[in-house]
Amino acid sequence: MFVYADNAATTKMSRTAIDAMVPCFEKIYGNPSSLHSVGQEAKEVLEDCRSRVAACLGCESREIYFTSGGSEADNQAIISAARMGQKKGKTHIISTAFEHHAVLHTLEKLKKEGFEITLLDVKENHNVTAQQVKDAIREDTCLVTVMYANNEIGSVLPIAEIGKVCKEAGVVFHTDAVQAVGHLHIDVKKENIDMLSLSAHKFHGPKGVGALYCRRGLPLVNVIEGGAQERGKRAGTENLAAICGMTAALEEACTNIDSNSKKVAALRDKLIAGLGQIPHSALNGDAENRLPGNVSFCFEGIEGESLLLMLDMQGISASSGSACTSGSLDPSHVLLAIGRVHDVAHGSLRLSLCEENTEEEVDHILKVVPQVVQTLRNMSPVWRDLQTGKRTYIL
Amino acid sequence: MALYSEKVMDHFTHPRNVGVIEDADGVGEVGNAKCGDIMKIYLKIENDIIVDVKFETFGCGSAIASSSMATEMIMGKSIHEAMELTNKAVAEALDGLPAHKMHCSVLAEEAIKNALKDYFDRNNIPYDKKQFPDCEHCHHCE
Repeated sequence: MFVYADNAATTKMSRTAIDAMVPCFEKIYGNPSSLHSVGQEAKEVLEDCRSRVAACLGCESREIYFTSGGSEADNQAIISAARMGQKKGKTHIISTAFEHHAVLHTLEKLKKEGFEITLLDVKENHNVTAQQVKDAIREDTCLVTVMYANNEIGSVLPIAEIGKVCKEAGVVFHTDAVQAVGHLHIDVKKENIDMLSLSAHKFHGPKGVGALYCRRGLPLVNVIEGGAQERGKRAGTENLAAICGMTAALEEACTNIDSNSKKVAALRDKLIAGLGQIPHSALNGDAENRLPGNVSFCFEGIEGESLLLMLDMQGISASSGSACTSGSLDPSHVLLAIGRVHDVAHGSLRLSLCEENTEEEVDHILKVVPQVVQTLRNMSPVWRDLQTGKRTYIL
Repeated sequence: MALYSEKVMDHFTHPRNVGVIEDADGVGEVGNAKCGDIMKIYLKIENDIIVDVKFETFGCGSAIASSSMATEMIMGKSIHEAMELTNKAVAEALDGLPAHKMHCSVLAEEAIKNALKDYFDRNNIPYDKKQFPDCEHCHHCE
């Protein structure tokens, strides 16, 4: 049996999204910036997509800027708010310790320029509260950038409450909503979100395309200079096919949010209950406020890469936050941020589901994972030391 | 999947000599759980010949494969031959390791050397300390 359970990494494109792209390769091939009718037809399609994406987020068309994906949108949002703040002498930014690297590395860059960054602690419930944000806001705070939902551990943050706090304090609020868009109901106006980043391939759209919502009146700074596309804020000929695919995928996902999340959350809960039976394991992430498809565990005494390889051989595609899989020497910063020590963080497993996963697939995972964990524990000197009392169990 | 060679995958999925020797003549352990790799080697030595070897590894696929391959390469060999085993030889026997995984083969070499050192220490056999680099040429954990 083959089970794709890595939908937080990327999703398979939906038929609807593929079908929406094809005409752009064959018929609507014009450059939206061209004056002639072929170009203008493409321009019409582009603007139609913009208004449809805007409708899914509850904003105006002119507040949507198409980008190459979530990372670019995060970079542009944060840099823009920082430059805006700098002009007023405000150089303090609030974020969380478990943001995506697209946010954290951009903040690192600003820190080198002299910005002061406060990263909110996420150990309590593996989440943050609006109160934490409120307490951290200062006179010189120019931006709060807090993710909508965490990509590794699935915690869904109290965005509407944080939005309210930011509005009251008059601080720009950006959210990296890459994992949330298409999976959770989002209304940027009701939630007082000033800027939001999204990425198409997380909701069955194509890779290499995303969008930045930026509230009207907030000045954007260009990250990519050149032509006057995207109201002069993002140069480069628009990737119209990808934008069409993203729009179709987003509409489809948003239409089905309730039915999909009900189905996926049921599969998730079954997995969490089953994997929680494995001794010396722990669920990562907020147990209550959680993405419908996210299951994240740490298993003591084993290492994540070997776990993934063995699962892959049994047909299960998953992911891990171990150092060996991250390509660096440290395990995932997210797991460390929620308080998992290195030894335990190395033994992490993330399964991320979508509506195409089935109960049979979940049963297969529940059969295979405990076996593989046991196989690896049986050859682990750490596990032996835990069992013989030479080491103390952490989980 | 081309992350690892077929040999690596073979030794990872069917590791040779996994386990413990309760009355081992030499035991070596290298690495730490913090950096994500621990290797432990147990040796049974009779008349300077390694008559049995077992390993336990906490680590990634290439760490498990490296320890498995290394145990196969020293089984039945003299302790002098085992001292000559290099990480390069282990990696080559596995048809190569990705560059960022070479430290796994280093760990295998050092785990074996550590076990031999333990054997020498237990039996008051003199040795040149320089032969035991003690992790110094692996900067993985730093």
